[in-house]
Amino acid sequence: MSGVLKIMTCGSVDDGKSTLIGRLLYDGGMLSIDQKESLEREVATDTQMETPDFSLLMDGLSFEREQGITIDVAYRYFATDRRSFIVADTPGHEEYTRNMAVAASSSDLAVLLVDANKGVLTQTRRHLMICSMMGISHYVFAVNKMDVSDYDPDIFRSVKEDIEGVAGEFPHSSVMIIPVSALRGDNVVKGSGKMEWYKGPSLLEYLETVETDVRKEEGFVMPVQRIARSEGIRYLQGSTACGEVRRGDEVCIWPGRQSAVVESISEAGSEVGAAGSGKAVALTIDRDIDVSRGHVITSNTELICSSMFQATVLWMDEQPLTAGKKYLLKLATQTINVSVVRIKYEIDPDTGKHISKNRLCKNEIARVDILCHEDLVYDTFDRHRVMGRFILIDKITKGTAACGTVAHQLRRADNISLQPQDVTRKLRGEALGQTPKTIWFTGLSGSGKSTMANRVEKILASEGRHTMILDGDNIRLGINRDLGFNEYDRTENIRRIAEIAKLMNDAGLIVITAAISPFSSDRQIARDIIGEDSFIEVYVSTPLEVCENRDVKGLYRKAKAGEIPNFTGIGSPYEIPENPEITVDTSGKAIDESVSEIMPAIRKYLLAEKPSI
Amino acid sequence: MDDINMAYDKYDLDRLEAESIHIIRELVSEGEKPVMLYSIGKDSSVMLRLAEKAFYPEPIPFPLLHIDTTWKFREMTEFRDRIAREKNLELIVYTNMEGLERGLDPFKDGAVYTDVMKTEALKDALDKYGFTVAFGGARRDEEKSRAKERVISLRNEHHTWEPRNQRPELWDLYNTGISPGESLRVFPLSNWTERDVWAYICRENIEVVPLYFAKERPVVNRNGNLIMVDDDRMELLPGEKIEMKKIRFRTLGCYPLTGGMESEAETLPEILEEVEKEIRSERTSRIIDEDAGVFSMEKRKREGYF
Repeated sequence: MSGVLKIMTCGSVDDGKSTLIGRLLYDGGMLSIDQKESLEREVATDTQMETPDFSLLMDGLSFEREQGITIDVAYRYFATDRRSFIVADTPGHEEYTRNMAVAASSSDLAVLLVDANKGVLTQTRRHLMICSMMGISHYVFAVNKMDVSDYDPDIFRSVKEDIEGVAGEFPHSSVMIIPVSALRGDNVVKGSGKMEWYKGPSLLEYLETVETDVRKEEGFVMPVQRIARSEGIRYLQGSTACGEVRRGDEVCIWPGRQSAVVESISEAGSEVGAAGSGKAVALTIDRDIDVSRGHVITSNTELICSSMFQATVLWMDEQPLTAGKKYLLKLATQTINVSVVRIKYEIDPDTGKHISKNRLCKNEIARVDILCHEDLVYDTFDRHRVMGRFILIDKITKGTAACGTVAHQLRRADNISLQPQDVTRKLRGEALGQTPKTIWFTGLSGSGKSTMANRVEKILASEGRHTMILDGDNIRLGINRDLGFNEYDRTENIRRIAEIAKLMNDAGLIVITAAISPFSSDRQIARDIIGEDSFIEVYVSTPLEVCENRDVKGLYRKAKAGEIPNFTGIGSPYEIPENPEITVDTSGKAIDESVSEIMPAIRKYLLAEKPSI
Repeated sequence: MDDINMAYDKYDLDRLEAESIHIIRELVSEGEKPVMLYSIGKDSSVMLRLAEKAFYPEPIPFPLLHIDTTWKFREMTEFRDRIAREKNLELIVYTNMEGLERGLDPFKDGAVYTDVMKTEALKDALDKYGFTVAFGGARRDEEKSRAKERVISLRNEHHTWEPRNQRPELWDLYNTGISPGESLRVFPLSNWTERDVWAYICRENIEVVPLYFAKERPVVNRNGNLIMVDDDRMELLPGEKIEMKKIRFRTLGCYPLTGGMESEAETLPEILEEVEKEIRSERTSRIIDEDAGVFSMEKRKREGYF
């Protein structure tokens, strides 16, 4: 490890965050003499205090002191012999979610406090969700107030289990759980004589050694900040977001996608041969093409240039969001007009449940569809952080109304408005005596998707339901025969299947699809097109080895021989669905057995209202 | 990498430098009329170097503004004029003439002096020239209320700061939008510590005012502060005497309000070494902070002080 570690701290009001940080600085010998003196002066004036009130170090603003809570983000800078730290102390009170997002957006790692005596609270989940949304992937849980619970290992173990459960719901690179007492100093800087059953490092030892490597993102990306000119030469200035640029590299300039060759690079004013990520550079290129602020320079990677995407937003403004409202969106160095066309659903941070909403208030999180009034160069937050995060600015007050991250592109043509129809999907369905839904089978080649889809259709048809089957392979022979197997074509394949399924649902039919659909973002697009209420995802989880052994079509053999590139499971990944409606593993049983296993769930989902899981 | 750079590795100066340049470029790209507050101190010197690097090979595209109370150390004024001349900078020097005519004296008028000659003067100067973006060298490690200020601080038409209602600041996406009458104070060095500043000055060999280096200087011990007798406007109180002491200054401002510290650090590496061991936060040597108790800085900032 090297350099600075940026940490944020979060916990609910009484978990004792400020005390923990104060204790860390005090025991770690990182306080200045005057800070120490002022702490001790406070003890002297209040005879009821046993130990210094460490929270006074962090609660800097007078009105916060009056309220007795930390309501804004305070930054602290300290260093040990091994590492430097920037600590963002954040409010735990839920009203101040937005400040927590602010702190999380600039942190590498989050320290979450959990009161040993109260265990995991809904707020713990909320904090995790905000951290995760802002891009944090390293977590340390300080299970505090172990002194109050007499340093009982059983209490710690039970809290630890709960923490592991909730942390497992969010993507993360590392999770560490440490029993501490901030008040008494156990396991904060030094170990604890009271908890010999705990063999791990103290909080400080861990923070000094934890690796939080910079994410490896594909290719080189640099949004252009400004153009400088000197002696007839243009210098494209900006900060490199990821990857490396070298003199002589061929680069692509978005949105026009023109190519050019890098002739020179200067980093912070001096000429260099190459520059890595996170540098302030100025590039010159070999040809005179139009480049200005907002353009993006890339190599060896693709971005998206389009006008509609779906995003997760955290609302920060007093003025609530309603669908159709217009804002300024700032993403990298682009600032453009956008409309939030739809609030898909609010996400309850305490439970993760989706709630149907038509307005979004301060501190609420939601999935929304955003329509840009001109093309925007961006990417999903998963692929390129800098190109997948944005803020929304209120056009009148100029305040920052929200922050958000791009989930995926929306491909629906935004200039064709929906034709209202008199005979609705509901009416057509009723005429057929059913509620139209799409049963979406996903899984590896050879997992048993098509066979099961066929059996399921047979059963439903024999019960008098009106059904239609869409098999991935068959569709590729017809409407999708122009598509190959690269990433774009695979996505388009899924989009078309989803659109066809939706039309057939509109016609009143129950649709059964069987397509590998390996990428979760594509399945999400399908879910969005077909509609959350009509989409039944069946994950056929038959393991790869079993599918390989079956190899009904001989495809695995060919793929392994290198004859089929990008074959799912061999040269291309299969992303396991996070929350499928139904999961079934066909290995080691007869196909009818597997079908009988899932039929009750399918029947349940085919009821008019989607039951909650 | 050569040895010189290796020695500064632990400070992560490249990252700090890149972040600061990013901020300066953003504000110049999006802001209407920027200016850099130039206090002549070490932080201003670092900020000036960063601005040169940010726009290279173009010249710095904004003027520098110095609020001159007429009570700065003489060496500071000389340094300011020489640097501006050598670097061919556009320098605006502004003094609150009304306060000067009223004869405000930092030795006698304390808080009123600071308010009129510094806070009010700054607001007047920004208004007079219509600057909408003012870069300042403040760092979050200096003082408690600064620890909570964002990189970009929105000020209303009276230049006041509302700590309760700060704009959320996400990632490196700075919202530079303002309504008529509003302005932005911008702190590109927010994440730097005093150590980082000195390490950077060493690495880049940036010239700073000689007052930062220890030297025998005439001082008076007043209430525990070593005040340097910089000109004959300083009157001795009964019992006070001028002594020669080897001192240097950690921060620079108006000489009557700036305490020196005894030190042997005569070179940049010696200063860095001393700062590494330093145990008092630097603003304690500025007397003005003690005027109104623990929260004086917050109060002054709310009123428009930098």
